[in-house]
Parts: sequence; structure tokens; C-alpha cells
Amino acid sequence: MATIELKTDITGSVWKVLKQVGDAIEEEEPLLIMESMKMEVPVVSPEAGVVREVLVMEGETVSDGTVVARVEV
Amino acid sequence: MNKVLVANRGEIACRIIRSCRALDLRTVAVYSEADAHALHVTQADEAHPIGPSPARESYLRASRILDAAKASGADAIHPGYGFLSENAEFAEAVQASGLCWIGPSPRSIRAMGDKERARVMARDAGVPVLPGSARFDAGAPERIEAAGQEVGYPLLVKATAGGGGIGMRRVDAPDTLREAVEATQSMATKAFGDGTIYLERYIERARHVEMQVFGFGKGVAVHLYERDCSIQRRYQKIIEESPAPGLPAPVRQRMADAAKRLCWEQGYEGAGTMEFVVDADTFEFYFLEMNTRIQVEHPVTEMNTGRDLVAMQIDHARGALAAMDQSEIAASGHAIECRIYAENPARNFLPSPGRLECFSLPEAGNDLRIDTGFRAGDQITHFYDPMIAKVIAHDTTRQGAIDRMLRALDAVDIEGPATNVAFLRATVDHPEFRAGRVFTGFVERFKNELVRA
Repeated sequence: MATIELKTDITGSVWKVLKQVGDAIEEEEPLLIMESMKMEVPVVSPEAGVVREVLVMEGETVSDGTVVARVEV
Repeated sequence: MNKVLVANRGEIACRIIRSCRALDLRTVAVYSEADAHALHVTQADEAHPIGPSPARESYLRASRILDAAKASGADAIHPGYGFLSENAEFAEAVQASGLCWIGPSPRSIRAMGDKERARVMARDAGVPVLPGSARFDAGAPERIEAAGQEVGYPLLVKATAGGGGIGMRRVDAPDTLREAVEATQSMATKAFGDGTIYLERYIERARHVEMQVFGFGKGVAVHLYERDCSIQRRYQKIIEESPAPGLPAPVRQRMADAAKRLCWEQGYEGAGTMEFVVDADTFEFYFLEMNTRIQVEHPVTEMNTGRDLVAMQIDHARGALAAMDQSEIAASGHAIECRIYAENPARNFLPSPGRLECFSLPEAGNDLRIDTGFRAGDQITHFYDPMIAKVIAHDTTRQGAIDRMLRALDAVDIEGPATNVAFLRATVDHPEFRAGRVFTGFVERFKNELVRA
């Protein structure tokens, strides 16, 4: 078991959080969707696992490179 | 009309203020928290705050804009593009408050905003529309196969709730239709909660050509020639030009006639744009949609015709513009517009907000126009679209306009956000673009040559 960090690669606001702590997540499945400059950009999990931490809330402004969640894989 | 409230931000707000000024009208800007020190705020005669930075809490809040109009004593509202510009309820509310709405009638906005209704009206006006099927819920495979035959192959299976290329599947022959339909329905049900699909003819090499029109009400409308907007990324235009390269004159004429008929049909008033998809090989064209507002790329038309479309909108709204005859509209030379965006082509055009640490643009003149809403030191925020500036070059020939554009882009110096300037330069200078062989798949096709990592 290892924990991986999910980062946003754009600065923007958190539009929708799709997974809660404890939820299972599949490989390439979006955990949340960022909104920046009228574009929606998903943050996906690179591997299947279980969501352990969600570090941001909907509406929050987050900058490029911020860790937004941790997933146990 | 004495005072115009500009219900927008950025370059288009500045551009509208410029025309108001030329017409001796006073101007009112509105701004969100993020835009408190924006250029459009400093250019207007007065400015009113309308709420927090997210557009849905400010520029999309009709009531706050109407309050600002009341507080400022404005007697007209220009909506620009985007935001509330194609919102029929807003247009009605503006008129109901006794203000002048600088735009087409709410009836036209509503009719053209409903894609299905717009298609029917276009067909009734004798305008060709892309062959398409009725909508299908999950199930009913026999009817879908018959519909496929009717639409013709290749075709696209499209999710009604989709958009921007999401929820589309291409089908080349009848034997794979059912599988594609089921996959699209299943995906659309999961992604959008709505599995409704329809079929639409697919054009292998498509161009996007639009016709600028101006309507004066019942039976009177002129066209101001076409714009080719085939160079797109993520289904959004980045380079526009006029005339459309290689478009045969009889095709242009038929397209212009079709656009005018659709204006007459609805008694259209003011500026509008008919968008067509054109088969790049056969030049057959089909109506896509009508935009009932000023377009981002309107300067291309202004450079060639010498007309001020925004001033025309204002004058028409205040009853000061006599109906024009087509013979009064002439266009000369070739104009190209490049949209400079804060985005990173090497990262699939991902938005790149940031502060303009350095922001230097070439000097405008007769053959070069620059429209921007920013100054050095301004923040390109993530709240709004990533456009930094529009550069529009004009010359007597297309090659001349391309060369003028290249010189202009070479003189652009932007530090801070990543931009697409090098990408625009590579595109405009690409041999296939130079040869006029544009199509909507251009960026995807030549990506490796256009984008340097």
C-alpha cells in the first residue's frame, strides 16, 4: 500500500468535488474538476485506489502544483 | 440616448467605450472585485461595482447590472459578447426597465438560441442545413438504422447533452452504427445523466465560414462579407480572416443570400453572424447556427469594409441609422486576426493565468489594429477567459496580410503567463496556411510542426 498525491496542474477554482474520503477511485477517473478561464479541467487519479484525503473545497481558489487529494493505491 | 452602460469587461468593453466616445455618448463600466482596477474601468466616464470575481456572481447577475444602470442614470445597455449578450430574459428585463437594449430583439435571441428551432427556421428560409436525424432515447435500434441511411455516411453520433467535442463518435458504415449508438448513449447517460443522441452528417475536411449581417427589420438586411474561422483549438477560434481563402465567388454569393434570407425571415435587427460549415473539397455549405451579438472577430470585417459595427449597433438602437443598401457595402484587401491567449500550447493549450510582468505590443496603424483590455502589471485571472489581446493585420493581398501579421507578432513581448504567440506565428507562417488550405482539423494535423515543447 502506498499513498499518492494528486496535484492540480492549473491555477483556478475547484468547481466540483466528485469523490469523498473512503470512496474507491479507478485509474484515470476524475477526483475533482477545476475551473479556470472558462475551461473545466479534471484532476484524475493515475492509479486505482481509495480516496484518503480531500484537501480542497468547492469554490476554493487553488494554484498550480497544489496537492488537492491523497489516494491510497 | 446619452449614456451607455457596457455590461462586459476586457477588450470588448474597451472597444465599445471607444465607439461610444466617438459618438459623444457618456459611458458606464461595471466591474467585479477582480477587475476593480481594470483598463475598461479607467476608460469609462464612471464605473460601478457589481459583485465578487466569479462571473456568475457579477457579470452574469442581471439584477446587479440593472441596478448599476439605474444608479448611474444610463439609458442604454451594450452587452458585448459572452456573459448576458445572448440572454433573451436579460434583454427583456433591460427593455422592461425603460432602457434601450443595444442588440437584436429578445424574440430573435430566443429563436436563434434554440439550435433546433434555428435549424427549422433556416430550412424554411431555404438555407441548407447539415443532414441530421431526430433525437433518440436509448433503444429503438431499427429506427436508428433507417435514420443512418437517411443522414448518409460518414456520420457522427452526438449526445444531445454533450458539447465541445465531448460525446461524439464517428461512424463510417452502417454495420458499426448500432455499436456506436449504444456506446454513446451509455457514456452520455453516465456523464450527463441524459442518454439522448442524434445523428449528423460528418464532413471529412470541414471549414468554418461565417457571414456578417446587419438587419434593419422587416425585409431589409445587408451582409458585410464572410470570415473564415477554420483555425481552431479545443473547438475555439484562434485565427480568423476575410475573405475566406479560395472560396469561389458564386459560393460566397449563395452564402450571403442565404444569410440575408434568414434575417428577413425573422425581421432581424442589428449585427449578427450566420455560421456555416463548408466542405473544404466541394464547397457545399450548411447552416450551423446564428450568433445574435457582436463577435470577437468583428475587427476583421471592420478592417476590410471601413465600417464601425459597434457604432452601427448603437446608431441602429437609437434610431439614427438609415437602412442600408447592399451596394453601399464594399470590402477591400485582406484582413487576418490572431487571438493572443494566456495558455500553453505545449501542454494541450492549458490555461495559464498570471501577472503581465512585461506587456509590450506593436504600434497600431492603418494596417494594424490591436484590441486589448490589459496593461503591463495587470493580472490575467483564472475567473475569465484567457484572451489577452487581438492583433489584426490588413494588406491589399493575403500574403501581404500574413507578412504584416508576422512582423506584428515578432514585436509582441509578454512575460508572466505562458502565451500562444509563437504558436500563432508558426501557424500563420505554415506553408499550408500560406497556401490557403485551412480546415478545422489544421491544428491537430500539424501540431508537431506548430507547437514547440
